Amino acid sequence: MKLNWFKYAAPATFYPLAGKLIPWFAWSGAILAVAGLYLSFFVAPTDFQQGESYRIIFIHVPAAWMSMFIYIVMAGWAAAGLIFNTRLSSMMASALAPTGALFTVIALWTGALWGKPTWGAWWVWDARLTSELILLFLYLGFLALHAAIDDPRRADRASAVLALVGVVNVPIIYFSVKWWNTLHQGASVSMTMAPKMAATMLLGMLVMALACWMYSIAAALARVRCIILEREQQAEWIANLAKEPT
Amino acid sequence: MIWKSLDDFIAMGGYGFYVWGSYLVTAVIIVGEILMLRARRRAVEKTRQAQLSLSE
Repeated sequence: MKLNWFKYAAPATFYPLAGKLIPWFAWSGAILAVAGLYLSFFVAPTDFQQGESYRIIFIHVPAAWMSMFIYIVMAGWAAAGLIFNTRLSSMMASALAPTGALFTVIALWTGALWGKPTWGAWWVWDARLTSELILLFLYLGFLALHAAIDDPRRADRASAVLALVGVVNVPIIYFSVKWWNTLHQGASVSMTMAPKMAATMLLGMLVMALACWMYSIAAALARVRCIILEREQQAEWIANLAKEPT
Repeated sequence: MIWKSLDDFIAMGGYGFYVWGSYLVTAVIIVGEILMLRARRRAVEKTRQAQLSLSE
């Protein structure tokens, strides 16, 4: 059987597929979040150094991962939109940006609330924190630039360039704790070293990260469906959709 | 069991403000995004229905 990958590159075929996928991602996200929160609060032990304040890690680290990962995926879709001139790719980039920005806000907010009891400061201008703040401005810049240009295809191209230039910031965030002296602790999970934390702590964090993944996919798919309807209102297939709300 | 009582759980070893402040704001942001998506969906749907009834 030959799979036609480009079939779903058309908004008309992707729209119903996305609609079918959303409940699966949303429900697995919800179930994983419940399991992750249970692990975070009732299974993971008290940290011997930081006491209970460390429990912020279970949202802080997954949110920070998502903020970086969503940016890379967003830039990837934006690049695909630029290179192949596919409308849906650019729409995916636009659909991901608000969710990525929100995860960046969550990472910064929980970081401040974790920094105060452990470092004695809500905020310090060190490499990790500053580059994460720049990530938020990149998301906001992407959204603002896209909103400022009336022609959606031109807006797609302009904001794609911005997204691609901003990608350079992501490795800076990731490696900032290695490259510069910083208050921020090192990577929580490393591919090359044995985990430094208790297995149940790590498990809680990974389950929460998976929950964030599922949620982000569901949110992005829901948003891209809105964007498709908004931008393709004149298309015949939309007029042919059943008249009851879909 | 890590927690002796509900009060103990809420106190979070003295870090209740920081821990619950993190979780509460995260919950508000996520619920907010879901509500905004729902509102956007309704707005699009409304325009679409209006256009459909015009074209008839």
